[in-house]
This record gives sequence, structure tokens and C-alpha cells, in this order.
Amino acid sequence: MARVGGELKLLGLWASPFVTRAKLALQIKGLSYEYVEEDLGNKSELLLSSNPVHKAVPVLIHNGKPVCESSVIVQYIDDAFAGSGPSLLPADPYQRAVACFWAAYLEDKMLTPWGRVFKVKTDEEKAEAMRQTIAAVDVLEDGLKECSGGQGPFFGGDSVGYVDILLGGMVSWVKASEPLSGSKLIDAEKTPLLAAWMERFCELDAAKAVLQDVDRVVEYAKLVMTKNAARASNNN
Amino acid sequence: MDHHLEQQAAESEKKAVKLLGMWASPYVLQVRWALAMKGVEYEYVEEDLRSKSAQLLAYNPVHKKVPVLVYHGRPIAESQVILEFIDDAWNHRGDPILPRDPYRRAMARFWARFKQDKLSPPIWRWFTTEGEEQEAAYEAAVEQLLVLEKELAVSGKPFFGGEKVGFVDLSLSPLAYVIPIYEEIVTGGGGGGVKMVTEEKMPSLAAWMGRFLSSPAVRGHLPPLEKLRPRCQAMREAFLVSARAKVEQQQQQ
Repeated sequence: MARVGGELKLLGLWASPFVTRAKLALQIKGLSYEYVEEDLGNKSELLLSSNPVHKAVPVLIHNGKPVCESSVIVQYIDDAFAGSGPSLLPADPYQRAVACFWAAYLEDKMLTPWGRVFKVKTDEEKAEAMRQTIAAVDVLEDGLKECSGGQGPFFGGDSVGYVDILLGGMVSWVKASEPLSGSKLIDAEKTPLLAAWMERFCELDAAKAVLQDVDRVVEYAKLVMTKNAARASNNN
Repeated sequence: MDHHLEQQAAESEKKAVKLLGMWASPYVLQVRWALAMKGVEYEYVEEDLRSKSAQLLAYNPVHKKVPVLVYHGRPIAESQVILEFIDDAWNHRGDPILPRDPYRRAMARFWARFKQDKLSPPIWRWFTTEGEEQEAAYEAAVEQLLVLEKELAVSGKPFFGGEKVGFVDLSLSPLAYVIPIYEEIVTGGGGGGVKMVTEEKMPSLAAWMGRFLSSPAVRGHLPPLEKLRPRCQAMREAFLVSARAKVEQQQQQ
């Protein structure tokens, strides 16, 4: 793959869907990079100095300069490497705004409650968080319709774009949610366009190269939830 | 362009751009300032959020909130999305709202997210709670404000956007005028005087606040402090009353 415009390093964690977003963007843009797997229990000096505010992954380091926050990283990759690979955002300002609106919806209305599922203590709280997440997926179905404009199966239309990558990074976790919680997050009967989207997305070379094995994600998620539950009961 | 043509252009622009807003919303104000920075003429529609118009519900069915910018009949919602759109659609006019350089753009977006995810929640908690919960929220908010203080101090620039107001300044704008109102309300009556942004602890931020409010776009449309104060006061009281009622309920069970 071409080494375009300088050195790229990605600090990540294999399980993280946010890191997966960055990997997808780099893959789709045809960019080569050095990947560093972080141990979040023992964070590297590089991670701590590159992301002092959040001390979290992913961090993309381009020619020594760090970019943090997965959605910011994906947009940065599109901006800084505009000549490489396809554009991730539409050229038209209004279409770009539509894509950014649905990206914000995804983060605020779907991912926020979904994150709570793994952190809250009671089954009741978990169920409520799942309900909110699934409600957001229903609305996202309309978002897919609006973004794609009937031009193709992706939010980007007939090609993969910004919102596809943001949601795409979550796919292994989406698939893990049925074994983990008993609920399907993307159900072909309720959100057929999103179900078709997921199928088409997984057929992409970039997705095959980057998406995590679902069974490994399920095991990892169970570990995380056990740890969180233990921490919660230790605090009581 | 002669005066007559200029007038015509302004009038037709006004028809093309509409902003649905509400006087107290800091998100609406940010958009008004961005439009002023680009010299955009627009029609402003004040919404009653207790009785939302059919127009608002049609233009923003997902969130049913303001601001909504309507551009040639097509709606854009969510203030950050709107700010970026304004910068894109009028990029040939006025100063850039976001930096043009990709890395600096990424930094601007990072700080806007920081404000939303790390800064606003503890500030809101501080304003709407009391006792231990409020103290903890205060500490959390100060910790995050110090991060911003450092960022501004290290840059040595007058604004987060550099020499002029930019995307991050607009995103942080409530800090410039809402925090002083909150400080007045929270410390009023009981004495004490617990300020959140002091010249001592956060000299760069304190200076930025006044500088921001004096900047050209903001000066032209100042936040309505006199009306905001009683509104914020009523909000705090409502939250405290509701929280105390919940505690009583729990104690009776």
C-alpha cells in the first residue's frame, strides 16, 4: 500500500469498535500505518503523552502529531489524505451536513445508551439502556434512507462514507449483542435497510481485513461486564 | 456592486436562509454569531418550545429542537453541524470558522467534543444539585476547565481559534456568559462566594470571556443576560425541588 504524505501510527486495542473505525478509514483510503496494541491496564508513555486529556484509544499519530477521538480521526484521515482513495464525505455542503447530522445521531442517541448496557448494575437498567439503543436503531433506518438517497446500500450511497465507517466499526459488537443480551440490535424484520447495509458492509475487503471475530468480542465483553460488576459491588 | 443590487442580493439571501430559534438557547446564539461572521442575511423565527410549530416539527422530526437552519427550503439541525455547514456554504465570504489546515481542523473538532462530553455535564450537575453531589460536580468541572485554561495559555493566542473567533470559541461560548450567571445564582443568599472561573486560577479563560463578548459578531447580538438570569434561577429551583421530593419519597419507603 502507498505510504502517502508521511508516517502514520495508530495506538489501539483490538476489541475497541472505536479503534476499528480508524482502521477501516485507513484501509479504505489505502494508507499504510504502524499499529501499536495498547494494554489499557498498563498504558504506554506514548499513549499518555499523545492523549493526556482522555488517555484513551484510538490515537492516530501523523508525523508525530496526535489526533484523538474516533470520529475526529476519521474526518482527519479524509481531510489530510484527500488525494488518496475515495472521499469519505460528500463534496456538496448540504449533503455533508446530512451525513454529519446522522453521525452525531449515531454517537449521541445510539452509542451513549449502548455504552451504558456494559456499565450499569441492575438488569432493569440494562434492559432500559437496550430499549433506548434499539429505539435509536429504528430511527437510524430513516437516516440510512436519507443519506443514501436511494443511490445504493450505504450511507454514502453506492460507496462507503463517513457514517458507514462510524457504524461499520461497531459491526462485530452489533453481532455480539444477540449472544450477549438476547436482543438483536439490527433485525432484518424491523430495520431491513440496515440489515442489508450490514451484509454489504461485511463483504467489503476493508471489513474482512479489519473487523474482529465476533466470538472473541463476546468473550471480551463478558469479561468487561464481570469486571464492572465486581468493581461496583466492591464499592458498596 | 451598486447599492440597489446589493440590496436585492441581501433580500433574496434573506428569503433563502431561515433560522428557527429560541431566545434563551446558547446553541441558537452560536448559530446567529456564525451567520453574523459570514455577513449572512436571514429570516429569524422565534419558536415557543412549549408549543412547537408545525414548521419546526416538519424540519426537525428527529429531535424537535432548535436551532434549525433552513437553506433554500432544506433543513439542517444540530448546532455543530450547522456551524460547519455555514463555514462550507459561505466559505468564499468572511473569515473561516474552522481552520483550513486538516490538523488544526481536527483539533477544533476535538475541543468541541471535549466541551460536550467532559465539560458541560459536570457544569450542569453543579448548577442543578446541592450538597455533596454539587461539590463533586464542582471539582469535576474545575478539573476540565483547567484543561482548557492550559490549552489557551500554551497557545498564547487571544481566542481558541487563534487571532479571531472560531469554531471552538463559538462552541465554548456559553462559558463566557452562562457560567457568571450560574455563579451568581449558586452562591447568592448563602454568602460564601464559590466562583468557578477566577482570574487567579484561570487567567487566560477569564480574559477570553470578556474578549469573546466584545468580539464583533458577538457584540452585534449580545446574550440576553437580564432575561436569562431569572430563567436559570427558576431552572435550578425546579431541579432542587424535584430532587428533594425524590429523597423524601425514598425516606418514606
